[in-house]
Amino acid sequence: MDAKTYDMGPIDIAWCPGCGNFSIRRILMDALAELEVDPAHLVLVSGIGQAAKLPHYQKGHVFNGLHGRALSPATAIQTTDPSLTVVAVSGDGDMYGEGGNHFIHTIRRNPDITNIVHDNMVYGLTKGQASPTSRRGFKTPVQVGGVILEPFNPLAVAIALDAGFVARGFAGHREHTKELIKQAIQYKGYALVDIFQPCVTFNKLNTAQWFKEHTYMLDESHDPTDRQAAFARAIETDPLPLGVFYVNRDKTPFHQNTGAYDTDERPLSDRQPEASGLRRLMDTFACAPQDA
Amino acid sequence: MADGGSGDISLVLCGQAGQGIQTVETLLSRMAARAGYHIFSTKEYMSRVRGGMNSTQIRLSVRPVTAPVARIDVLVALDPEAVSHLRGRLSTDTLVLMEPRDDNSGKGDSQGIAIEVPLSDMAKELGSKVYANVIAAGLLAGMVKLPSKVVADVVRSAFASKGDEIVQNNLKAVRQGMDLVGTWPKDRVPHVDLAVDPHVAEQILLRGAEAVGLGALAGGCTFVSSYPMSPSTAVLTFMAQHAREFGIVVEQAEDEIAAINMALGGWYAGARSMVTTSGGGFALMTEGLSLAGMIESPLVIHLAQRPGPATGLPTRTEQADLELALYAGHGEFPQIILAPGNLHEAFECTQQAFNLADRYQVPVFVLTDQYLMDTYYNVDRFDIEACKVESHTVTADADYRRYALTDNGVSPRAVPGKGPGLVVVDSDEHDEDGHITEDLDLRVRMVDKRLRKGQALQESIRPPTLIGPEDYRHLVVCWGSTRQIADEALVALGRKDTAILHLSQVHPLHPDIERYLGAAENVILLEGNATGQLGKQIHLSFGMEIERRLLKYNGLAFTVEEVADRVKAMMD
Repeated sequence: MDAKTYDMGPIDIAWCPGCGNFSIRRILMDALAELEVDPAHLVLVSGIGQAAKLPHYQKGHVFNGLHGRALSPATAIQTTDPSLTVVAVSGDGDMYGEGGNHFIHTIRRNPDITNIVHDNMVYGLTKGQASPTSRRGFKTPVQVGGVILEPFNPLAVAIALDAGFVARGFAGHREHTKELIKQAIQYKGYALVDIFQPCVTFNKLNTAQWFKEHTYMLDESHDPTDRQAAFARAIETDPLPLGVFYVNRDKTPFHQNTGAYDTDERPLSDRQPEASGLRRLMDTFACAPQDA
Repeated sequence: MADGGSGDISLVLCGQAGQGIQTVETLLSRMAARAGYHIFSTKEYMSRVRGGMNSTQIRLSVRPVTAPVARIDVLVALDPEAVSHLRGRLSTDTLVLMEPRDDNSGKGDSQGIAIEVPLSDMAKELGSKVYANVIAAGLLAGMVKLPSKVVADVVRSAFASKGDEIVQNNLKAVRQGMDLVGTWPKDRVPHVDLAVDPHVAEQILLRGAEAVGLGALAGGCTFVSSYPMSPSTAVLTFMAQHAREFGIVVEQAEDEIAAINMALGGWYAGARSMVTTSGGGFALMTEGLSLAGMIESPLVIHLAQRPGPATGLPTRTEQADLELALYAGHGEFPQIILAPGNLHEAFECTQQAFNLADRYQVPVFVLTDQYLMDTYYNVDRFDIEACKVESHTVTADADYRRYALTDNGVSPRAVPGKGPGLVVVDSDEHDEDGHITEDLDLRVRMVDKRLRKGQALQESIRPPTLIGPEDYRHLVVCWGSTRQIADEALVALGRKDTAILHLSQVHPLHPDIERYLGAAENVILLEGNATGQLGKQIHLSFGMEIERRLLKYNGLAFTVEEVADRVKAMMD
């Protein structure tokens, strides 16, 4: 399959020229093509923000919902029909700020979805305020004296919650990030891929050059099945590691854990209540039960 | 004295939370139903796990009883405080059964007959104070002369899972309770003469929460996501307990925001989904409600009302969230609000909510309240055969457009993965394909399309129910859970010139309502809130102002006597 499979043709794209979103979109299409994911079986779920518009710019089913809420419908969509490939994609403000509670609990729930987060350490659509991942001291029209909050560390939080697959890439590293996304999609459970990207309009601090200078690649010396080692890497601040931090192969995804698929493989959409079951249940309320 | 020849007795159990009132209620209800008596029970309770003062009313009758009465024929005071808690409802005819107290506390407060019953001492002799409740159940069973075999059968099945020793002890306990009645002087025991109705044996005994749950299952619900909140939790619990058996998913979400967004994801992928919540929880869902309006997703919201604002009275009842449901979503889009008036309607409205939501792609509310959730009585079995899961989804062809502009505003709804076409939904304004747009002419066409569904769904509005004579002079208008209370009050009034108009759908309002109201000389509005919310909707829809209003908002359900008395006072 070719990345062209996902091409929407000539469309109006609302991203700034040079935005990292373009490379992430290209990387995602390449990864999906190499995994031969049919657009008719792919659901892209997003919230609100510039990154959250990505589903409109490539072929697939789209659920572009509310700010911060992408993970909730994504969970339900995958649970309703586990044959679908579900990718929840949005920015750092959407996933970690407005959607922070869902981020935590979706990890605990472990649906078989891939969570791609465009992490540019700034708010784009609302024009340049701090995001949860903005570094301390970052000045904005609202954080006039510089950010005074500790940056949110999504990887450390995810590893602390034993997320099954935790990785970080950089939009400038096309091949490397593509491999991260492929592994994440193939992982059977919740998989987080946080992707650093420059915001050419609102973040003059964390530029493409800055990311190159302040990141390094995890190598073979890192064992991603070692959770403590993964956590130690996740709390490194400068330089910031890139790669697969953590993998737990012993987890089973949410839809399997619910029991709804134990003896029935059909998606929930194909299920109907059986009259005999309803009658049996009604019998349990009988004024004069049969055992009388 | 109790019964008074009416073939109807009102028993009230009152004590602290944790004292086992629920056990007595469950046992006695099952015994009475199995014996063939009509039974009704409801409760009022404080928001605490232990202590406080709670009460449960159980009515046994020769005829169907489906509403609470203020009258108390027998009070079982499990705690000395019970008498003062219920003082306003005790009369000189009330028989009060209470524990002997050294300090005589509580006793002096009872206006009528009091009999001391050493429940605790009797229980301790049986080996544990937990038997006190079963002795109390036996006492009441003996008083209403339930057959010993029925009593024993119910006790056996209730405790079967706990082993033979426990079963035997409980049988002894219930026997002791029954025997105790025989030791009382005849003139102090209430004369009860309840005849068995053979039809009861074919019926079911359940409460509002279970009727809603059964309706959801019969409606094809396959996905429930909710956050616990009284009084809606019982529906979540019911669905969870039957999830495996019916192959459905029931998930406790991290908050109500996740719950409603999950439910929308469920519908998007083809699962008939429901959230069950109460006012405060629903307040958190309102952005999701608006999302349902924008992406034209079906959605079923069971909203069990309790008094607000904010946390209000968490375990009490009220009908004050009609306006909340109606105006919660930002922007303009159609929706349906159903308000079942009894257990049958609770089942039927919930079952139909799924078909209506699917057909018109709108949110459908099932508006209940704590009173209906916690009220039990015997009813005819629900008609499962009549329930059809009417699916309105299509297969997406390659050129599928989720928001194709249609005459009635309803665009064929496809589910991802069921065809080559792509299903694109967006919370932004969108084009026919579902993709984000800022084409302002298209915006107008999309708003009009969504609102056209509001016209289309007019054909499915549940008509109001007229109870009583068609040539009425006085008409009592009510909605939701007050239906049966008004019904019995009408019987109590015994007037041939008075009828009730009950609305089981409160939005949109059925056009016939105008005709019914217009035919009355005197219209009385009956609502469990302080501002007459239905009255305001009637005014908006038909320009009719209802001046006589019978409103209640102290957290308790109306009683039959209260409605009868107050309606009577408004008849001149």
